[in-house]
Amino acid sequence: MAGVAGKKSSLTWAVQISVALLVLLWLFPTVGLFVSSFRTADQISASGWWAALFSSEQSEVFRTLDPDEHRVLDGNGFRVDGTIFADTPLNIQAWGVSSRDIAAYQPGETAEMKGGETLTLRRDGSYTWRGSDEQLAGRGQRVFVTAQVPPEFTLDNYATILFSGSGQDNMAKAFFNTLTVTIPATIIPIVIAAFAAYALAWMEFPGRALLIAAIVGLLVVPLQLALIPLLRLHLGIGIGKGYIGAWLAHTAFGMPLAVYLLRNYMAGLPRDIIENAKVDGATDFQIFTRIIIPLSFPALASFAIFQFLWTWNDLLVAKVFLIDATGSTTVMTNQIVELLGTRGGNWEILATAAFVSIAVPLGVFFVMQRYLVRGLLAGSVK
Amino acid sequence: MLSENPALLGLATIILGVGACLGYFFLSNLVLDKVVFPARGKHAGRNINRANMVRPWLFLFPALFALGLYLAYPVFETLRLSLTDRSLGGAFVGFDNYRQMMNEAKFWEALRNNMLWLIVVPAISTSFGLLAAQLTDRLRWGNLAKSLIFMPMAISFVGASVIFKLIYDTRPADQNQIGVLNAIWLKFDGGAGSIFVLQILPTVFFLAVAGLAVFSGWGMFRDGSASLRGRSLWQMSLRVCAAVLGLWLVWASISAAVGIWFVELPYGEPQTWLTIPFWNNFFLMAVLIWIQTGFAMVILSAALRGIPEETVEAAIVDGANPFQIFFKIKVPQIMGTIVVVWTTITLTVLKVFDIVFAMTNGQWETQVLANYMYDKLFRSNDWGVGSASAIVIMLLVTPILVWNVHNARKEMR
Repeated sequence: MAGVAGKKSSLTWAVQISVALLVLLWLFPTVGLFVSSFRTADQISASGWWAALFSSEQSEVFRTLDPDEHRVLDGNGFRVDGTIFADTPLNIQAWGVSSRDIAAYQPGETAEMKGGETLTLRRDGSYTWRGSDEQLAGRGQRVFVTAQVPPEFTLDNYATILFSGSGQDNMAKAFFNTLTVTIPATIIPIVIAAFAAYALAWMEFPGRALLIAAIVGLLVVPLQLALIPLLRLHLGIGIGKGYIGAWLAHTAFGMPLAVYLLRNYMAGLPRDIIENAKVDGATDFQIFTRIIIPLSFPALASFAIFQFLWTWNDLLVAKVFLIDATGSTTVMTNQIVELLGTRGGNWEILATAAFVSIAVPLGVFFVMQRYLVRGLLAGSVK
Repeated sequence: MLSENPALLGLATIILGVGACLGYFFLSNLVLDKVVFPARGKHAGRNINRANMVRPWLFLFPALFALGLYLAYPVFETLRLSLTDRSLGGAFVGFDNYRQMMNEAKFWEALRNNMLWLIVVPAISTSFGLLAAQLTDRLRWGNLAKSLIFMPMAISFVGASVIFKLIYDTRPADQNQIGVLNAIWLKFDGGAGSIFVLQILPTVFFLAVAGLAVFSGWGMFRDGSASLRGRSLWQMSLRVCAAVLGLWLVWASISAAVGIWFVELPYGEPQTWLTIPFWNNFFLMAVLIWIQTGFAMVILSAALRGIPEETVEAAIVDGANPFQIFFKIKVPQIMGTIVVVWTTITLTVLKVFDIVFAMTNGQWETQVLANYMYDKLFRSNDWGVGSASAIVIMLLVTPILVWNVHNARKEMR
């Protein structure tokens, strides 16, 4: 609506802001997963991921040294010196000595307790605790510290998921299994479909229109119908469950879209080139390999991305045709679903596993978006 | 040894598969031209013609074989299986499987939820997509915005399910909520702000939906009654369907608008969103809407670009405001594309399996047909009822199939 007449108005701003909001809303879920995959289990369960981007206030309880062992004479009473931080120092914002008011004092101030007992806590965590004989006895004094903790991220989750994790946490095998399914299942249908598309686009034969209509019809046949008959077929002819079955299934299920996309594209190629080649005595096979294939590269790329995304992200075909009882051929989507069942609360594992599996398609998406859009525009039946 | 190393197996398959395909095409051509119908001797001319009649089928054979065996044959085989009983050795049992399925509450639940998905997901995805397409059009950073809204398209349903499970996560009331939905929910305390956001705004929204339905229904009725004669039966029945759907929409939104004032909202208690019957369906649908909006946006954006500039300019000259331009000039011109987007998303919805499987597995009344079928097949091992439910999905897809084939044939002519 903005700038239809080339004039700036308050509407332009409204448009800018609404688009920004929409984009943020759409990005928010993915960013949540991404950020969570870099946090430790403790951090994830302590606060929402949106808090991880800013330094957070954190309250902790410390105890001073045991007065009976560490007190020294100091005038009329005793004194204990020390520091509350054993290892990493915190950036102290406020502190207190009672659970009822944990942020009563600033660093450097002195807390007055009953009967003249005092405690001074400095910014670096060192303290001086003064009191009488009875006061500085028994257990150490509790100190409540509120500190500002900077955002902290770790790569440990990725190390677990990709390398060191045991059994079901380790995705390395599933990653390679997914790759093993995906690549042949992307390349083989392209080869088969390209020949068929050429025949449908540039060769004259009876029944051509009928075949094209049939392929448009098959485009929408739900996968669900194919599951039982084909599983029976695979078991019957001895392929069983495994890569070969998955490749065959993916090849065939991608075929209608492949033929449809490629035929539409090839049919739009200039007639002159092909007829000139025929006049010059080129055979159909030569025309196909020398002229049609190089010219159809954009359509081939479009379909390749579709098929890649679809096979990489698939769960149903893998569950039915690939993964047998031993589970040694599990793919990432299936492993993530299993993790959801067994490690439902371990978000550091889940988020990292999910991100590992979506990182590859996201990379492909951003690099080859142009072809994906083109394929979408050509593929939706107009 | 090969089968023990999947990477090698994969590589071998690529080489073998691609090699075999290319080899098949090349050799079959060679055989056709040199051996079967050689282009020499006294029948040279006739042979060339015959070879050219056979060649298309050589090129088509692998694809047709795959399509026939993996897509066409299963439709009939599933139909046959749905009429037989596996435990009786595959004996023909008529409609027993369907009868058994109809008697299951879970089936009706799946059907009801599927209908809900069918109405909600395409409607919201398409309207959001249209909105995003229109807003990002001619924005300087429009392409970046589009690319980011489009991104979920690359994410698997399973990955998206994990993403949204994190959003819907629930912790006990005394802990920090790590799911953003609960974190927001706990900000509502029942005060004036809560009433405004959770009751007044939804009421306005539902009344607006009802008003829109009545308005467009009235418009259709006026058009329809003006030219009642001369319309085919098919168009009339389509109108009746639309009218029934519209009436239902009006009734549903008004009752929702009223109902929202009579529920006790559990303020201050963290909710386990995915276990709230009925509403949890909408939380699952959000995942698919999130994914499909980008798709709708990309297609509709291209359609908007294709609108002839003159029509818009003429409207501006005539003093139309931006909203009139959008609803009266642009939307009618891209109506065809909107229908395409709508049906494509409908197809995706009918086949939705992964999201439900990964997030609730059909518990808490979220079952859908595709997951119901998977359940029957691989958990109850009941192939008869499983096939019957697959046929139900096929029946739901059939109108779109017919419509697509019809359009494709019209375009070919």
